[in-house]
Amino acid sequence: MSDDAHNNDDGHHSLMVNNKKLLMWLFLGSDCMFFGTMISTHLIYRKLYPESYDPTSLFSLELTSFSTFILLMSSFLMALAVSAMHKGDIKSFRRNTIGVIFFGLIFLGCQVYEFTEFVHAGLTLSSGTFGSTFYMLTGTHGVHVAIGVFWLICMYFYSFTGKMDAHQSAVDVEIAGLYWHFVDIVWIIIFTAIYLIEFI
Amino acid sequence: MSSTLTDTPTSSTTHDHALKPETSNLGFMRPDHSKSVLIDWLTTVDHKKIGIMYGAIALFFLLIGGIEALIIRAQLAVPENDLVSAQRYNQLFTMHGTTMIFLAIMPLNAAFFNFLVPLQIGARDVAFPRLNSFSLWTFVAGALVLNFSWLMQAFSELGWFTASGPTAGMDDFVPGMGWFGYAPLTERQFTGAGTDFWILGLQILGIASLGAAMNFVATILNMRAPGMKMMRLPVFTWMTLVVSLLIIFAFPAITIALGQLMFDRMFDTNFFQVAEGGQPILWQHLFWIFGHPEVYILVLPAMGIVSEVLPTFSKKPLFGYPIVVFSGAVIGFLGFAVWSHHMFTTGLGKVATAAFSLLTMAIAVPTGVKIFNWIGTLWGGRVRFDAPMIFSIGFIWMFMMGGFSGIMHSAAPADAQQQDSYFVIAHFHYVAIGGILLASISGIYFWLPKIVGKMWTGNLSTWVAIFTTVGLNVTFFPMHFLGLIGMPRRTHTYLSGFGWDGYNMVCSIGAFILAFGVLLFVIDIILCMTKGKPAGNDPWDARTLEWATTSPPQHYNFGRTPIIPARDALWEHKHGPENRNINFEADDGHGIHMPSQSWMPVLASFGFAPLGLGLCLMQVGIPYMGYVAIAGLFTIALGIILWAVEGPGGYHLHPEEDKI
Repeated sequence: MSDDAHNNDDGHHSLMVNNKKLLMWLFLGSDCMFFGTMISTHLIYRKLYPESYDPTSLFSLELTSFSTFILLMSSFLMALAVSAMHKGDIKSFRRNTIGVIFFGLIFLGCQVYEFTEFVHAGLTLSSGTFGSTFYMLTGTHGVHVAIGVFWLICMYFYSFTGKMDAHQSAVDVEIAGLYWHFVDIVWIIIFTAIYLIEFI
Repeated sequence: MSSTLTDTPTSSTTHDHALKPETSNLGFMRPDHSKSVLIDWLTTVDHKKIGIMYGAIALFFLLIGGIEALIIRAQLAVPENDLVSAQRYNQLFTMHGTTMIFLAIMPLNAAFFNFLVPLQIGARDVAFPRLNSFSLWTFVAGALVLNFSWLMQAFSELGWFTASGPTAGMDDFVPGMGWFGYAPLTERQFTGAGTDFWILGLQILGIASLGAAMNFVATILNMRAPGMKMMRLPVFTWMTLVVSLLIIFAFPAITIALGQLMFDRMFDTNFFQVAEGGQPILWQHLFWIFGHPEVYILVLPAMGIVSEVLPTFSKKPLFGYPIVVFSGAVIGFLGFAVWSHHMFTTGLGKVATAAFSLLTMAIAVPTGVKIFNWIGTLWGGRVRFDAPMIFSIGFIWMFMMGGFSGIMHSAAPADAQQQDSYFVIAHFHYVAIGGILLASISGIYFWLPKIVGKMWTGNLSTWVAIFTTVGLNVTFFPMHFLGLIGMPRRTHTYLSGFGWDGYNMVCSIGAFILAFGVLLFVIDIILCMTKGKPAGNDPWDARTLEWATTSPPQHYNFGRTPIIPARDALWEHKHGPENRNINFEADDGHGIHMPSQSWMPVLASFGFAPLGLGLCLMQVGIPYMGYVAIAGLFTIALGIILWAVEGPGGYHLHPEEDKI
């Protein structure tokens, strides 16, 4: 993304960390609280009304496990893309980035399919507290994935301008990677605390 | 390099070729060095200009919030008064609280952060100058959305407009459910579009605060001049760091709570819908998990200001610097562990109540430590009673009063008696006015000569001190009694014969005395800016790095990066041993790299206004407002993308040697 760090420093960072990377870490710290609040809301209501809604017949563990696996693999490709950019291998960066984008889109497709199925089965935003918390949490995560996909698409096309190289852009790709990995980790928590927990 | 850092003559600066506006990666001309003052200030990335704008807007909203308070006090002056209706009264106290917290104190703190922090740590600017501009203008958009509600209310009163659509039949367009917006009062069945303005306004203000907070943490951690170790940072900068971390970790809770409420109102979810199993108590928890750290977000900068003023006017180092810093951090940390003391009467259970009670009492310890350290700073010093000092000493005493009643609240059984009574009002106004406002006035008197380069004159400041302090005590001290004899807060009127009449009259008179004091203060600021004499670079013989620059500081702050030898660097430089002089990094021939100004953050921020207003006006049934909201969203996205693509730009400056 933008390059404010170079704007402004004299090649000197008190913490030896790039400004932009530090900003992304701070954002992720804030985002932890963001998702934490929503996950807590879901779990609190689930505990309050254990009998109100039984999603075990609705949830398709096969589908969600598949999309979880896809998201995990996209993180792997993201790591390869970061590594490629560090080496300045722009072709490899593009190959891996397009893979991440593709996998991200598969994940989003699964989520859209899942939501459609659930709504047809009668679980909507207004279905008690379960519907509200479930859709808001997974939907917000989906928006995070969508923003990540959009970000990577922008980077993918930007790489054709010839302005990306190991020296300048490695840190930018790394930051996008931090974001992507974080969104992936959050999904693993959501998959455990919202989906798997129902089958215990 | 001259031996003293002060009183360097001013002369024109030589620039290199890059002074002409350069084109960005997008092919647009960058708005650097614009002849138009308006464009220059709109697109500025200079932390000092951004700070000044924050300050000006904050003072404006301080007056707006003050007027709302005066109407409240006029209404309550006599029993069974009908100056305003019950509904209007609710709207006034809601907007008074929301305005003072989010549109007056927080931006005033942001003004201090912006102007001072980069100077105090010896940096060229904040870490992300364009993000800083984005925060400022997003804050403006949020303030606009929130206060647009008054306009809608006026249209409604004039009979020009009636709500249809989701809030059909409701004529409350200004939020009127209290600044903490307790569910389920905020649900669609009970309140009209006012709540939507409140939700969207706060949500946008939250984005502005988060952006600014992350920026300041990155700045303080990463942009310090060489030698400026963490334990050499001025206490004000330390408190900025703590407050920024509090914002980063506390604001997500309110963001989600507001989001849930918005979903309840717009998309029929059931987060707080009691009939469908929603739990209003969840709102209280989420709100106060944010709300209590927010209290420290408001007050810690005030403590930082006082920790700068007292040593300067006592000619002594701050007594126990490490423990003052540590106490500030502990207050911030404990701030996350006491939220339920706002909810003692909700029936949390014995264990939870006892735990939160104890933790609340524990916060008094670091606060007390700070107060003793401030007194220790005064002890044996050569105390000078200039205006900043008068207000800082006033802060210690008045803030302590607020602290005492706070300790009383921490005892859950006592709190059960005081809950929702005027005693609580007395408590937090002693903290907010006696603490935060007095410290902010102290800070403005202290730094105004640096900010505008002119010294305030005359003894108007003494009168400001007298009127604000007397007004504050006359207004709020009787409220302790009012609360204890049973007057509930948030009632628009009361019957005669409860023994409340006299107290209320006194409170109302006090409010006008206080308001007169604030008015005198604003006049004093204007007088200083118009008629003030040149202040000189270091009028207070001060201790920290910002006083080593010219008054007002050059837009590049420091000609060369200073190398910091010690805590209280400037003081050591002026009065300390030879080996503690401030040195400067050698000129590397490149000059100073200045960031370019930019339209893009302004464009992105501007998008928040149609987004917020569109969503609100959709709720009152105005057609096509959904499209306006979507247009706003696209504007934000467009602004951010162009911002990313345009590149940071920048140009080099070569200030003349004597201006460094």
